[in-house]
Amino acid sequence: MSRVRVLVGTKKGAFVLSADGTRKDWEVSGPFFAGWEIYHVKGSAVEPNRVWASQSSGWFGQVIQRSDDGGATWGPVGNKFAYEGVPGTHQWYNGTPHPWEFKRVWHLEPSLTDADTVYAGVEDAALFRSADGGATWEELAGLRGHGSGPHWQPGAGGMCLHTILLDPSNQERMYIAISAAGTFRTDDGGRNWKPINKGLVSNFMPDPTAEVGHCVHHVAMHRARPEVLFMQKHWDVMRSDDAGENWREVSGNLPTDFGFAIDVHAHEPETLYVVPIKSDSEHFPPEGKLRVYRSRTGGNEWEALTKGLPQKDCYVNVLRDAMAVDELEECGVYFGTTGGQVYGSADAGDNWAPIVRDLPAVLSVEAQTIP
Amino acid sequence: MTEKGASTKGASTPGAGEGGGAAAIRVILPQHLRTLTGVDGEVALELREPVTVRRALDALEARYPVLRGTIREYGTGQRRAFLRFFACETDWTHEAMDAELPAAVAEGREPLLIIGAIAGG
Repeated sequence: MSRVRVLVGTKKGAFVLSADGTRKDWEVSGPFFAGWEIYHVKGSAVEPNRVWASQSSGWFGQVIQRSDDGGATWGPVGNKFAYEGVPGTHQWYNGTPHPWEFKRVWHLEPSLTDADTVYAGVEDAALFRSADGGATWEELAGLRGHGSGPHWQPGAGGMCLHTILLDPSNQERMYIAISAAGTFRTDDGGRNWKPINKGLVSNFMPDPTAEVGHCVHHVAMHRARPEVLFMQKHWDVMRSDDAGENWREVSGNLPTDFGFAIDVHAHEPETLYVVPIKSDSEHFPPEGKLRVYRSRTGGNEWEALTKGLPQKDCYVNVLRDAMAVDELEECGVYFGTTGGQVYGSADAGDNWAPIVRDLPAVLSVEAQTIP
Repeated sequence: MTEKGASTKGASTPGAGEGGGAAAIRVILPQHLRTLTGVDGEVALELREPVTVRRALDALEARYPVLRGTIREYGTGQRRAFLRFFACETDWTHEAMDAELPAAVAEGREPLLIIGAIAGG
């Protein structure tokens, strides 16, 4: 029977949650890297026991850890993230130019074809790649160099490149998203990039439909249909059917279209999950009820999933990288909260149960299906 | 006996300066960096005199490459903002990186302490 490994990054360490295919009894290991912020932990699809972790600290900076035994033991790899050439400036919060400064790695995306290749999305926003198992990192500088970089601006969490999507059908194509710049696509392996934000409307911007400047929180795709993208923007849930060339809103009947996390069912490309959050100043669920919303129609029509989730006095947040799905026949869905709970559903969201309740604030959740 | 905080500058160390004699020093890392390096207790380092924070860090990073970027920023080589250096009960944080450390440190009688500032949670 296949097993599931859920990789959890928190404000004070990483945890590995393991279960068999029934997903009833979970083994919790960790904390790994206790006391450090673990922004993201993700395993390789090529070699599932190869797992990457972004370990950072305001005191000690950035460390990248790699495990080759499924998270049981870890070793540090390279941590030098140097922007190519003169980094230049982006906009600061007050609109003045501010030099690019590396702060941390938000997201690690292992290659779909090579276990030694992994991408890193960093703050201040840039994309790096290692092709030697993490020993060295090089910037894919065409992203920052394509021309709009001086107009990018940090969101409240910093100017972070937080989403990296690799197209399984086309090794030359990938998507990234930046807060607050928007979504970008490359069709030549990262040499050249174009902003793909047509259809996004951000009323906080001087030009609400500008080419860049949008606070995109997360983007998701189904691997069988990589030209279809789903986005949780600061406000609005969006959809593109043409690889990001055009977007349309699919927020529909959601109680609020603000949120961070979004994901797609492993086997149903039109089934989406979001966790509506009340507003950008109240980072908790509406009415104190923790509800995952599922659409089986690719957006617009949403149903609240509540069984097993707290329906009163709940004021946690679910951050952008803190939701994941497994690939078992009955798709499992997982998410973590800033209150330290990791919830799992073994039936595509119909029923939920906490896997753990009292971790540090959860920053990221990824699921691996182990053959 | 050298007074606490006194520099080795002017001390009678034959051959001190570039290419000077060897010194054996002790360094105490903050807990998270001890965990990262797998060090239990102090680090003993050998380096050439004059003993400075820069030379101590160079030797430390050569011994433990994982420390690169964790004490000094890549690129600028500047001390990370929330770390401080102490020696002989004196704060050396804002001294020049090439200032000579006290003779007690150079002679291994006192450690160089790298301390995480008390800030945040």
